[in-house]
Amino acid sequence: MNSLIRSAARCLRSGPSVYAPVRADGRVWSAPARFLCSAADLQKDLGQMVKKDKVVVFMKGTPAQPMCGFSNAVVQILRMHGVDDYAAYNVLEDQDLRQGVKDFSNWPTIPQVYFNGEFVGGCDILLQMHQNGDLVDELKKLGIQSALLDAEKESK
Amino acid sequence: MLPGILRCIRPVSTRLTLTRPLAHFTPQMAPDPSRPVEKAIRTKLTNSLKPDHLEVHNESHMHAVPPGSESHFRVLVVSSQFEGLKLIQRHRLVNEALKEELSSCVHALAIQAKTPEQWGSNPSLAKSPPCMGGSRGDHTVEEKLKAGRE
Repeated sequence: MNSLIRSAARCLRSGPSVYAPVRADGRVWSAPARFLCSAADLQKDLGQMVKKDKVVVFMKGTPAQPMCGFSNAVVQILRMHGVDDYAAYNVLEDQDLRQGVKDFSNWPTIPQVYFNGEFVGGCDILLQMHQNGDLVDELKKLGIQSALLDAEKESK
Repeated sequence: MLPGILRCIRPVSTRLTLTRPLAHFTPQMAPDPSRPVEKAIRTKLTNSLKPDHLEVHNESHMHAVPPGSESHFRVLVVSSQFEGLKLIQRHRLVNEALKEELSSCVHALAIQAKTPEQWGSNPSLAKSPPCMGGSRGDHTVEEKLKAGRE
């Protein structure tokens, strides 16, 4: 019942997108809300959401307060690399978003990480990329200098 | 070298995690003797990926779900079918094999997908991060637990 009320409220707002991601640095970015709310519209919105920011994370909870150990691991890894400016969408706030992103990515679990609109994977993949050095390289391609590179330079 | 990841991945609110009442679930409870979901996972991964080595761990007891649940799993699959495939492609193969379980009763699936060579040079099982209690009161998880019981 609550989700119906929330969906209705969402539909009454106007604009292209209803989802307000939390920036990892804590600022809430409020996008104008959507007029129509069909599943197809959500898929279209997701297509825009994943491209709007270089790093996009669909997670449980927020970067300040993750609600899942795997989501928290993603937040911690990004934090270690000094990636603070990314869009984080809390799927616990919206069941349509939660299922919608799984359909969009064709990936059954949360968290989900996107770099430049491309699906990277979940917590396991991000962790392995961090461990084998690939994450530093991928961030570089996004124009993001990993903080770990600076830390390495300082220690030399 | 990069710092040890397990040391660095600490939940921000470690204190909260420790005081959260997860402890009433006994960590070493007796597993459900039939373990149908675990068996299904093992069978499907064996049939589809012909692994040289396979580990299927039920980690439900580490999460905010009732004792005996089969909702949270960690799998380690070592298969030559992963040769030449990127991580995401390997994980998609595993997801595909377990499509039915993932859409019904399995809520979380941690995956390690290695080639025999990679396993040979680093034969270690990764550890899951500490639970932060997100499954409690989660309607989606409750539905999956119900599906698992039926």
